[in-house]
Amino acid sequence: MIKVKLFATLREGRENEIDFEFFPGINGRFILEKLAIPEKQVAIFLVNGRDYSLDEPLSDGDVIAIFPPVGGG
Amino acid sequence: MYGYAGKILRINLTNQTIKVEDLNAEWAKKYIGGRGLASKYLYEEINPKVEPFSPENKLIITTGPLTGTSVPTGGRYMVVTKSPLTGAIACSNSGGFFGAELKAAGYDMIILEGKAPKPVYIAIEDDKVEIKDATHLWGKLVYETTDLLKQEYGDKAKVLAIGPAGEKLVRIAAVMNDYDRAAGRSGVGAVMGSKNVKAIVAKGSKGVSVADEQKVKDVVASKIKIIRENPVTGEGLPAYGTAILVNIINEHGIFPVANFQKAYTPEADKISGETMAKTILTKKHACFRCPIACGRVVRLKDGKEVGGPEYETVWSYGANCEVYDLNAISEANYWCNQYGLDTISTGATIAAAMELYQKGYIKDDEIAKDGLSLKFGDPEAIVGWTIKIGKREGLGDKMAEGSYRLCEAYGAPDLSMSVKKQELPAYDPRGVQGHGLVYATANRGGCHVRGYLISAEISGIPQKLDRFSTEGKAEWAKIFQDLTAVIDSLGMCLFTSFALGLKDYVDLMNAVCGTDYTEETLLAAGERIYNLERLFNLKAGIDPSQDTLPKRLLEEPIPEGPSKGVVHKLSDLLPKYYEVRGWDEKGYPKEETLKRLEI
Repeated sequence: MIKVKLFATLREGRENEIDFEFFPGINGRFILEKLAIPEKQVAIFLVNGRDYSLDEPLSDGDVIAIFPPVGGG
Repeated sequence: MYGYAGKILRINLTNQTIKVEDLNAEWAKKYIGGRGLASKYLYEEINPKVEPFSPENKLIITTGPLTGTSVPTGGRYMVVTKSPLTGAIACSNSGGFFGAELKAAGYDMIILEGKAPKPVYIAIEDDKVEIKDATHLWGKLVYETTDLLKQEYGDKAKVLAIGPAGEKLVRIAAVMNDYDRAAGRSGVGAVMGSKNVKAIVAKGSKGVSVADEQKVKDVVASKIKIIRENPVTGEGLPAYGTAILVNIINEHGIFPVANFQKAYTPEADKISGETMAKTILTKKHACFRCPIACGRVVRLKDGKEVGGPEYETVWSYGANCEVYDLNAISEANYWCNQYGLDTISTGATIAAAMELYQKGYIKDDEIAKDGLSLKFGDPEAIVGWTIKIGKREGLGDKMAEGSYRLCEAYGAPDLSMSVKKQELPAYDPRGVQGHGLVYATANRGGCHVRGYLISAEISGIPQKLDRFSTEGKAEWAKIFQDLTAVIDSLGMCLFTSFALGLKDYVDLMNAVCGTDYTEETLLAAGERIYNLERLFNLKAGIDPSQDTLPKRLLEEPIPEGPSKGVVHKLSDLLPKYYEVRGWDEKGYPKEETLKRLEI
């Protein structure tokens, strides 16, 4: 299973957390498509807390966090 | 002079004299205004070795050349003095409406000198400036003080005040304005208290004259458009406030928990900006001429509607004290505003006290009389200790000295998560190497807004940097520090820099002031300011060995979460940083650097 966590404006009209069944080859791009999140809305795509490419295959058990552009402080 | 009011108000509290002087135009050209120009005045006028609470220290309240104009976020003012917390030069910066009103009254800057024999406040109505008796205000909380002065001077009057914490020389006391905006850091409120000044009221009817009105209109419109269309300043910050950072910083595993003992918590979402927006948020608040409106107004459980906590506060009282309760955090924030306390240092000092208790340095019998616990996770404790610090009551009296002096008193200074005795903010530098370098070298001590490298290392603005790498970070730190010095000196909010770049600031400055800065010369002014502050600190006796981080962050790897296993590699970064700065290998600015910068 792959756990996907959404934040900030990406939560609007979606669940905060969504689980995906793992299959070999599943990647970030597939997940964005399923969640109807346009790529340009994604500023940060983390897999287990590290920056990750959308095209790289994921592993079973990965935790993904997706953020729109954010700043503050 | 366009943009500038061209006048300084010099008030000697010992002799009760008020003088209006011309602004030093030559210095203004080199040091811009605001933070930079006030630092120049302080550098020239006081001995950096002066005791911060002595009458010989001065307190400068200053605007920038863009303060009070139509420039977006042009409402900032700064408080510049020698800090009683760090012993370094302090510049604390605030929004709201006071700064613009002071400018409208016809002054760029107020220099407070000496010490009043009894409590006073200063009333400024254009050319009429008076030192008034403040006996009836002394001891009062910030809101009541503000209300009473507004009753007397009218609602248009803007009030800057200290609370009881500043009066009692709490070393982490803030200068407050417009009820709940704060020039928060470095104990500037305590310096104001040491001078027996409770408040400053400003009411102005003069405008700010600009070089070319049509040009200003056009340039301002184009920059507002950039800010509105940027997803950070146009969407994220308006919708969720600064606490939008809670989840993102936590998901990167750099959200300090329990006084930096950990850097990740599964409970972060309970105190996030997203949760705040769904629960206690009642409305948003914008400072003077701000198109972003990141300020929050929240409703407490008891029904009070008050200024809401910022990201740093949500962290300092939240994860750092392991209290995942937005109501308790907002209440602690409210009492900080009322007593006039810095929310970062106060929350962080309580967290340090909690660790002292956890490790057995503070024992139960010592706090029995206070009737409060010092256990991590206790929501009543964060509110209760805040009030006790504000009153200097019980153990709160020791905590009022800040975390470093508190931990040192118990023989455990390494438990203070501070740099140059000022508490670190809400990002664990072990997982953001560049940001840690900025912590170690910030002229006002532990601070995130002297070069906010989180922007590049986490948010990817202006470009994404590998947060674990030390490569190129010295150069980035310098640019961010110098650019920040420019923005602080103009009188604009640092948050504009998520959308605007150096060229935009040059455009705004030149349109308003009719100056001919280029990107190169404006950034050089920022570098000059940074070096001047450094010189002040060196003369004050803060030697470069203090360019460091708490031992924990240099030696103990982050124990769990997404940044598990890393320490901060300061010793890899510092020599390169000194070199990039044009300082010698010991950290002293080289003669040729000072010459190049015309210092």
